Formats: sequence, C-alpha cells, structure tokens
Amino acid sequence: MSAIHTTVDAKGLSCPMPIVKTAQAVKNVPAGELIEVLATDPGSVKDFAAWTRSTGNAIVEQTEDEGVYRFVIKRA
Amino acid sequence: MDDKPLAIVLFSGTDDKLNAAAVMASGAAALGRPVHIFLQYWGLDAFRADRIEDDHGLAAEAGAEGKAAVDALRAEGQAPWYETLAMAKELGGVEIQACSLSMDVLKITEDDLHDLVDGTEGVTAFYLAAGDAQILFI
Repeated sequence: MSAIHTTVDAKGLSCPMPIVKTAQAVKNVPAGELIEVLATDPGSVKDFAAWTRSTGNAIVEQTEDEGVYRFVIKRA
Repeated sequence: MDDKPLAIVLFSGTDDKLNAAAVMASGAAALGRPVHIFLQYWGLDAFRADRIEDDHGLAAEAGAEGKAAVDALRAEGQAPWYETLAMAKELGGVEIQACSLSMDVLKITEDDLHDLVDGTEGVTAFYLAAGDAQILFI
C-alpha cells in the first residue's frame, strides 16, 4: 500500500460536506494516489459507496472506530 | 459517471429550504452533474447581498421543536446554506440565475444581489438551459 497523498478531515461535518470536501480535494490529487477521509456522518458510508461508484474512484480501505469512519480512496 | 444535469427552481426563502436546496446542489456537483438554479420570489429575496446572512426563519411546520433542532446544528458549526452553495460553485458546473419576473415583482436589480448569482433570465431561457435535466421545485 502506497502512502496517503491527501487527508480530508470531515469529522463533525454533516451531509453533504464530507463528499463535497472530498470532491474538492481529489482535484489536486494525481490519478492512482490515495486520499484518506475521516468522517463522523453515518450517512457517509452509503454516500461514499455511491460517490465512488459514480465517479470511478475506488474505496480500497474502510474502517470504523468509535464513530469515526475512515475511507481510503484511490483516485481514478 | 452519472452526469444527468439537475435544475432547481428555488422558490422558498426560509433557511431550512435554502439549506435543502444547497445540499441537493452540492451533492450533485460532487458527482460531477451540472446544476442550474433558478431563483424565484422568496428564494431570490434571500440572495440580496445585504440580507443573505440574515436569519431567514424556518418553514411553518418546523415549530418550536424543529427550530431548536436547527439551532443546535448551527451551534455545532454546520455551514450556512450560502457557504455550502459557494463550495458547490467552487466544484464547478453550478450556475445560479435570477428569475426576471421575480426581480420585477420584488423591485430587485442585479446590483442588489450577492455574487453567488450569475445573472438574470426568463422562464424560457431557464427551460432551454435545463434541457432534459431533472427539475426540482423547492
């Protein structure tokens, strides 16, 4: 697993901010690099699944620890 | 890529409905969908440059309990609707147009409007711009 290129800290932000901030961040991430997203919005689980399916980016890692969801996304 | 355009007719001017529109717009923008927002009546009135940050109240059905819930979210630092819209515009593909009839009714000129608004158009231009977009009325 290569290193994280960019981290988006969206903890405490409500829908749709975790997705909006991630969509903004990926613009500055080269293809193939990894973006880490931290979010506390429970809706983000389904939202990131839908967003990656629609945009072609891929979730390569997904964990949850004490209410914090962590997604590692590979930029398409 | 799901890129079906979204067109929102934003008629309502209370903060909850303005926020709902901002959420729908920014979510679509994050998916790369073009978004066209048409501001009518009280939705347009909320975009006056000198009032955009005012408290625009809530829909009647919110009641005291609803207001408390919304106030609590604000206190936790939820971004106001106009900041969410500004972020959506930064993502690109989001255009906001004022309805010319509503401008006449409310005696508003383009100089009175916040920079988030890109221009003025009539309903015909709106339908032409919307094309086969999904249209929401809020």
